[in-house]
Amino acid sequence: MIETALTDLWYGFGVAVQPHNIMWCFIGVLVGNMVGVLPGLGPLATISILLPLTFGIKPVGAILMLAGVMYGAQYGGAICSILLNLPCHPPHAVTCLDGFPMTKQGRGGVALGLTVMGSFVGASWGITEMIFLSPVLVVIALEFGPAEICSLMLLGLLAGSTLARGSPIKGVAMTVLGLMLGIVGTDLETGAERFTFGMTHLDDGIELVALALGLFGLAEFMNSVNQVSQVNTKYTNVRLRDMRPSKADIKQAIAPMFRGTLVGSLCALIPGTGPTIASFVAYATEKKISRHPEKFGTGLIEGVIAPEASTHSSVQGDFIPTMSLGIPGDAVMALLLGALMIQGIVPGPQLIKEHPDIFWGLVASFWIGNIMLVLLNVPLIGIWVKLLTIPYKYLYPSALFFVCIGVYAANNDMFQVGETIVIGILGYVLLRLGFHPAPILLGFVLGPRFEENFRRAMLISRGDILVFIERPISAVFIGLCVLLIVLQIYVRLRGPKNVIPAPAALESAE
Amino acid sequence: MVEETLRPARGSVGQLVRNFVRKRDFYAGGLVILFGLVMALKGPAYHLGTLMHMGPGFLPTALGIVLIFLGILIAGSALGVPEGEDEDLLPEHPEWWGWACILAGPLGFILFGSYFGLIPGTFACVFISALGDRTATLRGAAILAAVVTVFGVALFSYLLQIPMPLLAWRGL
Repeated sequence: MIETALTDLWYGFGVAVQPHNIMWCFIGVLVGNMVGVLPGLGPLATISILLPLTFGIKPVGAILMLAGVMYGAQYGGAICSILLNLPCHPPHAVTCLDGFPMTKQGRGGVALGLTVMGSFVGASWGITEMIFLSPVLVVIALEFGPAEICSLMLLGLLAGSTLARGSPIKGVAMTVLGLMLGIVGTDLETGAERFTFGMTHLDDGIELVALALGLFGLAEFMNSVNQVSQVNTKYTNVRLRDMRPSKADIKQAIAPMFRGTLVGSLCALIPGTGPTIASFVAYATEKKISRHPEKFGTGLIEGVIAPEASTHSSVQGDFIPTMSLGIPGDAVMALLLGALMIQGIVPGPQLIKEHPDIFWGLVASFWIGNIMLVLLNVPLIGIWVKLLTIPYKYLYPSALFFVCIGVYAANNDMFQVGETIVIGILGYVLLRLGFHPAPILLGFVLGPRFEENFRRAMLISRGDILVFIERPISAVFIGLCVLLIVLQIYVRLRGPKNVIPAPAALESAE
Repeated sequence: MVEETLRPARGSVGQLVRNFVRKRDFYAGGLVILFGLVMALKGPAYHLGTLMHMGPGFLPTALGIVLIFLGILIAGSALGVPEGEDEDLLPEHPEWWGWACILAGPLGFILFGSYFGLIPGTFACVFISALGDRTATLRGAAILAAVVTVFGVALFSYLLQIPMPLLAWRGL
């Protein structure tokens, strides 16, 4: 088992070190690192803009680059939190609590240096987990029939929409809305045109890029226009030699780093609990087992390194269900899956066998990318901080142009730019009404496959809906769904208990 | 305590309704119900089929009914929770001008892009949307638009070869 995994990994490195793949990986992590620092332009919007540009390159290069944006942004987000107290990306919001006080004490460089170390360890663990766990999952998942796939998707959708922030009912409503948007267009089985309202442009369905950029581009700009204040760059003069932590610092950091990594990898295994939840849980754990919990929030190393290691371990771990089962845990993973589907690759348990170059190349590139990030992050912090001084009034019009040309380039169709505008308005209205639009993307990407498998399951069982609880594996998934709902209701009735005081800006940041 | 329960029923119901329609979740639920209704009513027109041989209308109708149910739950939860602090539908400072500019930018890209080509389209998009900032000036917006146009054309047209004419005249 271990031997085959290592042989496959070796093969993956062979794929990942091909010059053009290294180049795409480098571009990905560089762009990701940059947008991770820039407030207001998250990895979701960036991946959507880059997505159409990857149509021309081979699937392996495309996915290496897009995934690089995703984890590259995690390195950048920490800079934002530690040096500027800006929780621009939700997974790093909790890092502000102890990271910024460290900066104020003049130890910001040390915090950043330790973060880079913790991030690398966390990510490495997440990748290792992926190498050994994915093949096992695949062996189990290959036995799945349509009924099992259906219940698994249901579990994934339910977990993805209820475990994220905000009201669980609203999350489920957004998922169903996403499923509905996924239905728009020609029905593959019967050729019927659904919800196109007579517009032939909609026959092929709503464009994924248009949907993502409407929700996470346009709606986001509308939310933040004239709201973003100039950032305080008073503490951002960090020199390279400030970043080297002392021996005492490292000694203090080691244990929390491994605990954070563990928390993150556990969170990655539960579908729907992404890096944001992982970082909060890691912080809470550190606080709980600490001998001096009252000191948290004053600049403790534990409070910085545990959530960061946990975030990175969870980000890498999130790729496990996405790549081995074809079930994305959050919106970014859904987008990456959509990118694979656009390239004509069917996600699911057969992916590793049919496209080993993609899977093992991706795994290997994670390591290469993470090493690049460690090397890049150190000298580039100064440049990224300068980027932060670009006022929002220059940033969003330029980003809007990228949105327009990105959507246009997806199919060379102006109609889809119009789609983006309509979806952007809808997205902003939903934001104002207290909905989080991320689950929409989850439902949208899984929608067509869910319908297909549901139909097939019903056909095989001759219309017997009980098949979902009669087949044992499927019954387990349905049971977990019920458990999830019951738990949510139970927590609701007991009243919310806030363990950690979330920074005020977190609520609006996404 | 006693007095409160003895209050005329009509008044308290009126009060309840008035509180209810002020809640944000009331509108949130309403919107979800609306989406659900569209699907549930339009779905059967696509042929429902049977459970064994599902037609294209089956899933939309089922999802529509689920959405209506969820919408009622969301709106209903507005009754249960005490008055929140932020129940306004509009943010504290509505940015009508900013929003209009952000939406008009891509619209400008569509119009100028399809009639006159990539260069005018890019310029229009950036220029119009840049005006949405409260401190923006015509001159500043024009300079930004020019810079982005030069950069954008170089990147997308020459480097990435997006098939869109730089300058065109398709008539009006």
